Order: sequence, then structure tokens, then C-alpha cells
Amino acid sequence: MPTKPDTESVAVLDADGGAGDGARQDVLMEVRDLQVHFGMRGGALARLTGRKKGAVKAVDGVDLTLRKGEVLGLVGESGSGKTTLGRTLLGLNRATGGSITYRGQDLAQLREGRLRPMRRMLQMVFQDPHASLNPAMTIRTAVGHPLRIHGLVKDDDEYDAKVTDALERVGLTPPERFLDKFPADLSGGQKQRAVLARAIIADPELLVADEPISMLDMSVRAKILQLMLDLKRDLDLTYVYVTHDLASAKFFCDTIAIMYLGRIVEIGPTDQVFSDPKHPYTKALLAAIPEPDPHRGVPRDLPRGEVPDAAQPPLGCSFHPRCPVALAGCGWEARDLRALLERRWLDLPPQEYAREKGLIGNLDVLSAPRLTTVALAPGKGHDSAELVEYLRQLREEASETEPREPFWRGVTTMREDGGQVVVEFAAPADPKLLPVVDSDVRVACHLYGESQA
Amino acid sequence: MATTTAAAEAADAAGGEREPVLSVRDLRVWYGTERGPVRAVDGVTFDVRPGETLGLVGESGCGKSTLGRGVLGLTPTGTALSGVVDFKGTNLVGLPPKRLQKLRGPDLGLIFQEPMTRLNPLMKISEHFEEALRTHERKLSKTAIRERALEALRGMGIPPSRYNSYPHEFSGGMRQRIMIALALVLRPAFVVADEPTTALDVLVEAQIIKILADLRKNFDTALVLITHNLGIVAEACDRVAVMYAGHIVEQGDAREVFANPQHPYTKELLRSTISLSTTGLHYIPGSPPDLGRPLEGCRFAARCPVAMRGCEEHEPPEVVLAGGVRSACWHQALEADPSLGEELGKDGREPLAVKEISVADEA
Repeated sequence: MPTKPDTESVAVLDADGGAGDGARQDVLMEVRDLQVHFGMRGGALARLTGRKKGAVKAVDGVDLTLRKGEVLGLVGESGSGKTTLGRTLLGLNRATGGSITYRGQDLAQLREGRLRPMRRMLQMVFQDPHASLNPAMTIRTAVGHPLRIHGLVKDDDEYDAKVTDALERVGLTPPERFLDKFPADLSGGQKQRAVLARAIIADPELLVADEPISMLDMSVRAKILQLMLDLKRDLDLTYVYVTHDLASAKFFCDTIAIMYLGRIVEIGPTDQVFSDPKHPYTKALLAAIPEPDPHRGVPRDLPRGEVPDAAQPPLGCSFHPRCPVALAGCGWEARDLRALLERRWLDLPPQEYAREKGLIGNLDVLSAPRLTTVALAPGKGHDSAELVEYLRQLREEASETEPREPFWRGVTTMREDGGQVVVEFAAPADPKLLPVVDSDVRVACHLYGESQA
Repeated sequence: MATTTAAAEAADAAGGEREPVLSVRDLRVWYGTERGPVRAVDGVTFDVRPGETLGLVGESGCGKSTLGRGVLGLTPTGTALSGVVDFKGTNLVGLPPKRLQKLRGPDLGLIFQEPMTRLNPLMKISEHFEEALRTHERKLSKTAIRERALEALRGMGIPPSRYNSYPHEFSGGMRQRIMIALALVLRPAFVVADEPTTALDVLVEAQIIKILADLRKNFDTALVLITHNLGIVAEACDRVAVMYAGHIVEQGDAREVFANPQHPYTKELLRSTISLSTTGLHYIPGSPPDLGRPLEGCRFAARCPVAMRGCEEHEPPEVVLAGGVRSACWHQALEADPSLGEELGKDGREPLAVKEISVADEA
């Protein structure tokens, strides 16, 4: 994959990104075209015959520049690859392609033995505080564990002093009260504080926090976020904040990367992304947040459906099946026709549903992924003329209703052929993450990118 | 147009007060433990009318889920229930298990938190519906079952062509919609939804909330929606009840309560919610009290920013405020009836000395 254009665009951002205060800071970590693919083994039969089942592209070509002292938010729904990306930055998942440059070394290429010393500088805070502390270790043992692993202390006195200091920093005071407690004795908020103490005790540079507050009670969330801000200020930390919660990301992050199915679809300074979201997915996410203030409630237009299966991602732009403003080249395929028909049938009375379904022979031919040409057989007692007439009629109806159904933009031809109906779709194009004119935001969407490049 | 419907709704709410489907009076649910009773729900009173959604909010450990299950009689053995749960003239508290069992399904429904684990992976969706409908309506023919099931599924946006699929073929959001369809196919008059969207993604959550909001229009179902997300309550509920330490401290019209919160706990809870308009972080110090110990006075007093000396010893009476909002706080009680002040004692109105709440006590 060509990485050159992206490097250039980053350079542009560096040059004129003076609006943000973090623009001139040193680069801490540079991620280029990072890929993390998980191979699927398939069923027992597939394993016996040695047939490969393909791969889930959890992270698929991500470019990031992490500056010192910055808080970068990775935001997306489950399955977007945000957690995998966060873990890969620390080498907890192996990259299958691309590079992660940190202190002149490529973490993606380092062997585990060479990587381990680096981890002192790169720490992680996990989502579930109840599961990330060993229940059999006292707080003294758990929080100080990194010191022992990396051999950072000479004797027990120094050990105790460091652990006490870390506990004080995270607000677990007086430390003597907590040193000999077990995780089970602590509340959720206190556990997360202990996890943070463990993460900072080895004096790291970068903290990857994976949903650090999502398992906590409403009343403590703000407290833990405040603590993280204090730690960042006092210890000169850089954060990667992985979350699905846009509201906390808006408050907490300097830069935000919106992820969808393994890719970054929009990235830029937080205030710009929130005040003027570009990608239809970002817009949808923002509109979906329930707002407690009744004066601000707005009627919602939610995108249909859910995040597709990452093992069989849609063609072109992964968001196109849910996108209200998709264009012809966004990657329309046979599966979208099935979804369209099923959506239509939902609203029909049973008799009409049965009649319309009867026109089509086997709906399952539409289920294969990545088909841009599909031959659809008519149902029993019907011929291809009726079927093609039915589809044309659907297209006709759609052209008169608002909001316009984007699916039909992607259909180039529908014709009869040998007793079947052949439907052809426009050639798919993958949107690239490109800078948007007059802003520091980059977005991967055909509505922007191409026309302005 | 919009104003006339709003006016009609208002008239409906004010003038045409419908009989509650469910009236809960002074309900107590105590768990027996080795340390003695834990008063998870301690004297709760509320009504739910047909087609109305009541949101139940509060921190974890405030008794929300216990209340939801207690109402349906789904508490574990060793639990003591007292008070009245009046469902269409029958008191569910103390009803023999067999009679309660009969009511569950056709009259009382429950939607669980985790859609991923609540469907039997070995049964097709169609079999789930057949089982549910057969259990309660024996005489139903196979075609009638199919019709009823498809109608319920269609209402939740599940295509009829997926009727014979297995649970694993659906995504999390679809499974939750199937669960809701399963709960509604028997057309219960009253449903408890316990954190129905907590395990789901933002967009899917919003879709489910929309479905729940449409529910009251389409089915006239009375719904108690348990959640810790205040935004969801503001969007999907008609009324809201805020729970703290086994009590309902404030309840009333959802818009009214969120626009103009009265009880200090409601105010603090709203302030500590991180929303898109958040510009500063705010939090409630301390944590909810241990419900295993007998509690005196206002249970929120120790964390309350406006607590008075008397609050610690004297339990605040519930007062009805403008707009029908009910709040249990001494400040509002004194405003409504200054003579109540005598109860607080001589220095009762002096501000409570702020105790240092260390992190050691946080939630």
C-alpha cells in the first residue's frame, strides 16, 4: 500500500496545525500502515482439508502520529478495532504488517525478549478493574509488580517507598490502609486507582487506557478522569484513550480518531471533529448520544443496521450499507440488495410479503460477500420478466420517496439473461484518509477526499 | 399540529388519569445474609399506568434491580418481601408461586440485561416463540403462533426471512430485539426492562431506545426501565424515579425532573454525568451507605452538599411539589410546611459540618 501521500499529509498538518497547542510537540510514536489480521481456523473439516478460512482484519492500514503530552482518543463501536489497535501499540498483539516507530525502533518487528524492556515505558490500563488485579495479590504486591519485573529496586525499603508514593499519587491515602488489602476489599473506583498506580509506578511515557471508566459507577467516572488528568500533568504522560463513549472523549482528548471496522474514518483535533463532523459515521455517532438535558433533546435519524461482520466486511467503504448519503462508488454489492428487500418486507402485510418473496427463487445467492454482479433466479411459477419488472418498480418507487434510498445509486444495470435477472453494481472504490480543505481533519469518505484532491 | 397533540397529551395526562396497572405501596425487599438483613429496597411507593414508561435510576447498589425483580416476585430464596404490589387488583406480594408463575408471561414481562446469553443456542428463534406461546396459550395452532411471532418480530425490525435462524446468526442488537419481541409476544400489561442496552453499542442502544419509546404508543404496555444512563431516561421515559440507598428520593415527570431537579441527590447525579456539554468534571464524594446497617435520618446526608444538622437524625418526609414532582428532602419539606422545622430540633437547620470524605470511602 502506498504510504507516501499520508506522510505528506501529516507534514501539512504539522506545519499549519498551529491552532492546537499540541502541534509543535515532539513525536512520541509513529504508526504507519499498521495491520493486525487474525487468521481464522474454520471448522474441523476445514482444518483437516487444510483450507484457509481467511482473516479478520481487526486493524487494517492505520496511520497515526502520537505527540508527546497529547491525549489521543480511539473511538468506535465494538468490532471497530480500537482495542486491538491500542494493544498492538504496546506489542500485546503482534502486528501483521506496517510499523510502529518508538525511540528509533520498530515495535512491530521486535522480538518479545527485546520488546519487554520497552514495556516499562509503555503501560496499559484495562477496562475491567475487577479482572485486572490478581485476587491473590495484596495491593503492595500487585502495584509494585512492575518494579520487580523490570528490576528497578534494590531492596524492600525502596520497594515500599515507591509503592507508597504511587498509592499517594493516585489518591489511595493513607497508603498504609491499602498496602495489605486484597482487591476484593476495594470498591470499583479504588481498584481502578490501584491499577493506575501499577501503571505509573515504573515511570512510563505512554499509557494506553482501554475504557478505563466504562465499568465504573456514574458518580466515580469523573473522579477517575480527573485523576488521569492530574497524573498526566504531574508525570508528563501521553495517553491513548480507547473508548466508545464520545462524551468523555470530547472532554478528555486533544485528538480524536473515529474507527470503523479496522480503519480510521476520521481523525483530527477534538474541537474540530465535534463542532463540524465530516464523516457520516461520526455524524451518526454524535446524534446517537442520549442527552440528559431535556432542552437539548433532538429528534434522531439513526443509521440502520449494525456493525457488519469483520470476517466479511462490505466492499468499498465499510460504512456504506448504513450510510444515508452513500454514492454510487461506495461499494454496493449483492448483500445490500438482500438487506434492502428484507427492510422493505418488514413493513408489508403478510400476504403482500408472501407474494413479493415468491417472485424471488433463492434469496441466499445474495448472501455471498463482495459480489458486484449477481444472477437472481425467479421463484416457482414466475419468470424473469416479472422479477426484473418488480425490481424496476422498487427503484421507481424509491426515486419518489424522501430521504432517497442510496442503494439504487449503486445499481448500474438490471437485465434478463437466460431466465434469470442479472444485477450489476458500480465499481467499488476504497476511500482513503485524506485531509479536508480548511481544517486539520482528515477523513476517509468519498464525499470529501477525491473531489478535493 | 404539534401543539394540539401536545395539548391533547397533556389533557390526557392531567384529566384522563388512567387507573394504574401496577401500584406499589411501601414495598420492602430485604435479603437475609450472615451479617443480618440487607435492606436493598426499604419502603418504596410508586404507580405505573398503561402505556407509561417509568425510568428507575441511581448508582449501583441503590436497589434498582432488586426493586425490579421484587415487583415481579423474582427474588432469590431467603428474601423477605413486605408491602403491597397491586397488579390489577391482585396483591403480588405473598401470592403462591404457582399463581405468580401463571401471571409471568401473559401479564408480567422481564427483559434482561445480557442479550447474548439469554437465548438458548440450540433452539431456533421460531422454537423460542413456539415454547413461549404454547406454555401460556395451549390451544394456539402452529400458523397462529407463526403469525403472532412474526408480527412481534416485525415490530422490532427483524425480517421474517430470519424466523428459522439460530441465535448465533444474529448480532447483539438483533438478539436484544428478539428478546424484547419474546417478552412482548404474550402482550403483557407490565414489563420490567433491566438495563436492556448496557451491553450494546451506542448506535444500537439508540435504536433500542427508540423501539422502547415507540412501545408505549403501539402496545399500551406499562414499562419500568432500569438504567444508570440518565440520557436514556430523558429520552425514553415519561416519568422518572431516582433511587438512593433503597429509597425513592425523587419521582415525577421525566422532563420536569431533569429540567428542574429538586432533591440534592438528583442534582448531584445530573451534574456528575459526563455529557457532550460537559465542560468541567464534577463528582459525588463518598459512596452509598452500607444497607446492611440500620440507617437513620436522610441517607444522603453524609454526601449532601446542603445537608443540615437535623438531616442526619430525622428522616425527611416526602412532599409533593409543583408539577407533581415528589421529593424526600428536608429543604423542600420546610419550604412546603415551615412548621415541620420543629421536628429537626433546635440547631437542626444549621449546616452540617462537612466531614472530610477520603478516597478510602469512595464507590
